[in-house]
Amino acid sequence: MAITEPTTAEGAAGLRAPSITAGTSPEEGEKVLDAALVHLTSDHSVLRLSETEAEDRSGYQAPVADPDAGPPSDFGDERMIMNMGPQHPSTHGVLRLVLEMEGEKILRSKPVIGYLHTGMEKTGEDLTYVQGCTNVTRMDYAAPLFSELAFSLAAETLLGIEVPERAQWIRMLMCEVNRVSSHLLFMATNGMDLGAVSMMLYGWREREEVLRFMEAVTGLRMNHNYIRVGGVAADLPDGWREDLQRILDVLPRRLEEFDTLLTGQPIWRDRLQGVGVMAASEALALGATGPILRSTGYEWDLRRNMPYLHYADVDFDVIVGTYGDCFDRYAIRLAEIQESMRIIGQIVHLMPGGDYRIQDRKVTPPPRARIDESMEALIHHFKIFTEGFKVPEGEAYAAVESPRGELGCYIVSDGSSKPYRMHIRGPSFINLQTLPHLMRDSLIADTVAIVSSVDPIMGEVDR
Amino acid sequence: MSDVSGGTSTAASDETDAGDPGTSGPEPELRHGVPVTWGPGGQEVLHPSRGQLLDVVSALRTEGYWQCLDVAGVDYLTHPGRLLPDGIAPERFEVVVILMSHVERRRIRLRVQVPESDPTCPTLFRIHPGTEAPEREAFDLLGIRFADHPDMTRILMPDEWEGHPLRKDHSMGRIPVQFKGAPS
Amino acid sequence: MGLVDNVRDDGLAGLEHNFLTGRLEDLVRWSRYRSLMPATFGLACCALEMMAAGGPHYDLARFGMETFRASPRQADLMIVAGRVSQKMAPVLRQIYDQMMEPKWVISMGVCASSGGMFNNYALVQGVDQIVPVDVYAPGCPPGPETLLHAIVTLHEQIRTGEILRRRDAAGGGAGLWVDQLDGQKEPTAVSIGATGSVTR
Repeated sequence: MAITEPTTAEGAAGLRAPSITAGTSPEEGEKVLDAALVHLTSDHSVLRLSETEAEDRSGYQAPVADPDAGPPSDFGDERMIMNMGPQHPSTHGVLRLVLEMEGEKILRSKPVIGYLHTGMEKTGEDLTYVQGCTNVTRMDYAAPLFSELAFSLAAETLLGIEVPERAQWIRMLMCEVNRVSSHLLFMATNGMDLGAVSMMLYGWREREEVLRFMEAVTGLRMNHNYIRVGGVAADLPDGWREDLQRILDVLPRRLEEFDTLLTGQPIWRDRLQGVGVMAASEALALGATGPILRSTGYEWDLRRNMPYLHYADVDFDVIVGTYGDCFDRYAIRLAEIQESMRIIGQIVHLMPGGDYRIQDRKVTPPPRARIDESMEALIHHFKIFTEGFKVPEGEAYAAVESPRGELGCYIVSDGSSKPYRMHIRGPSFINLQTLPHLMRDSLIADTVAIVSSVDPIMGEVDR
Repeated sequence: MSDVSGGTSTAASDETDAGDPGTSGPEPELRHGVPVTWGPGGQEVLHPSRGQLLDVVSALRTEGYWQCLDVAGVDYLTHPGRLLPDGIAPERFEVVVILMSHVERRRIRLRVQVPESDPTCPTLFRIHPGTEAPEREAFDLLGIRFADHPDMTRILMPDEWEGHPLRKDHSMGRIPVQFKGAPS
Repeated sequence: MGLVDNVRDDGLAGLEHNFLTGRLEDLVRWSRYRSLMPATFGLACCALEMMAAGGPHYDLARFGMETFRASPRQADLMIVAGRVSQKMAPVLRQIYDQMMEPKWVISMGVCASSGGMFNNYALVQGVDQIVPVDVYAPGCPPGPETLLHAIVTLHEQIRTGEILRRRDAAGGGAGLWVDQLDGQKEPTAVSIGATGSVTR
């Protein structure tokens, strides 16, 4: 399924060769980035107003001489500050946008967050490493296994342990399955935001199949607490290959339905092509990762470029866009579902046997049956579940490629059984900084398309 | 921004001059004039001072560390005895900056000591605009101010909140619950 | 339950008499519970399960509830799906105040019911500190089946008028709680009209 040529002038205007790629030399790259810095560090797109100032200024504003403003518009240069959210029908959680508008056109904007701040990093300092995954899994609730994986990898780096082969392959399998369900969620909400309400039902129909598999393996539909320090919580159930094969057989046809409904459709293209265009240098300077960075033509995917688990042993393509607009981000995620299915198909054949968690009794609780037989097993079980296992002093950062970008976990350990500081680098938190730049000079109807294409999950934004 | 060694090599370390042969212990490894340590998993960590931070980040950007992934703060109030290279005095706060080089496919971490008496640090916004939100978060939750930041206001807590929740002397804010085994 | 062959003889489903001679109060209650319109108040993870309940597998539409109204003026049920932070609390109250009477609140999930696993500075420990809650649905997150159980319980309470009596007695929300019904191998038979499945 190819991304075909743009059908609108705006779409064609978005076409540009990427000014910077991963292969650009550092000297050249620095020049390009410096050029982008000029307007990224000015007040061109980001509205920096306090709450009281915004309240004072909301409503009609008398025309103000502004050197940044450009020629006066047909609307007579009236500026208005308008508030969108935090409760609004666009299903992206509690994001609030303060928009400075001139008629229908958005000039500057400011995303206001914090409406879902849960104090998870503080809570993380109070939970042992065994319990830590229950906490981080609720940050990015559309792709919870990735947060668990980042936390586990960081803790395992500090412990200096290596999990068994089978555990790594199971982690990879479950993460790719989670990527499929997260991207289906994106398809559903993106469609619904733009008016294709039936897309919501189609996306959820597919997602239920995937969630059913996750429930069979992990026990829960969401917030699984499955990937833990030392491996995974339980082995794959009998018949998992058949369950997965059924999903792999059914999904391609359904993806074709989405394609027919959306990709070639003129309304869809008019609404997405040329909307929310970003250049690679801007995305890099703002710290954006994931589909946003890849849509600009910059090829960077942690699974390919800094492989973790066994991504180096499976075949898949990294999908890269061309125009950096919302349509590219949609197409990238649709194609990534297919790539994930390809990876899953390979894992089904390549899955090795062995342990699903490390056998080190200091880290992994013993099997329940052994507790009755061995005093040592009982003591280990007791210590692990009450006190937790101690992690050597130090600090480590581990990152994975989540559906939204680079999801990292920075843990500082003081030698005790609880993290001294646990910080998650949420990709949506950093990606949200691109919003004002994407929304500059767009219409208010495009705001919904742009927010939807950035695909933020407020749980990991606010933590 | 003058580079200490003046060289264009991308070698991981620049040794200092041999100096006095009577010095005890190995010479510290330096990069851009800043001590280097190695964390678990082969992660490179630099320890610039607040005054050196901007120069080091700019120099690294010239080398290809184009993306600043994150800026986080840590409060070391109850863990003062952590391991730091010689010559770096531990302070209460640390600002951790994580940079990524796509060319070399590696990350580098910078840990800056920030004293409690003057909890400020220069902002990286002019070099990496993507640090605006993480620096606001470090201010909101830990009270570390970033000088010259365009919008040094709270981002996660309500504007009128008092205190900085992630500090070790800020309580968890628990309410008492009626079950055995709940932490008090 | 939903199929009516002959309105004149059989009456409307759920009503004892047909619409000409039925008691007005019964008619009002019938129309209220048959077309509750939830307000979109998905906050966190529970919102995904709420959307799944509206999806094709679990299908809220058969209970007359698939239209989630974005405007609180048009909604009569607020399903608080997710954790309520300190910053969000005044917004929640403002949305609740904008809703028209009669209005109901379902607290979905443990974070909304009691603060959940996050007993800390950042969350309101239970949305009943801010708004009166009628049904608490436990789970983290409660699956669509539990949410449907909570909704059907609410419907039943509205139909019989029991909920208004409970509210008067409690001086606030009805405060019912339901069991979590997810992950069942066999479907649990919950007969509509048997309030034995609701405790307290």
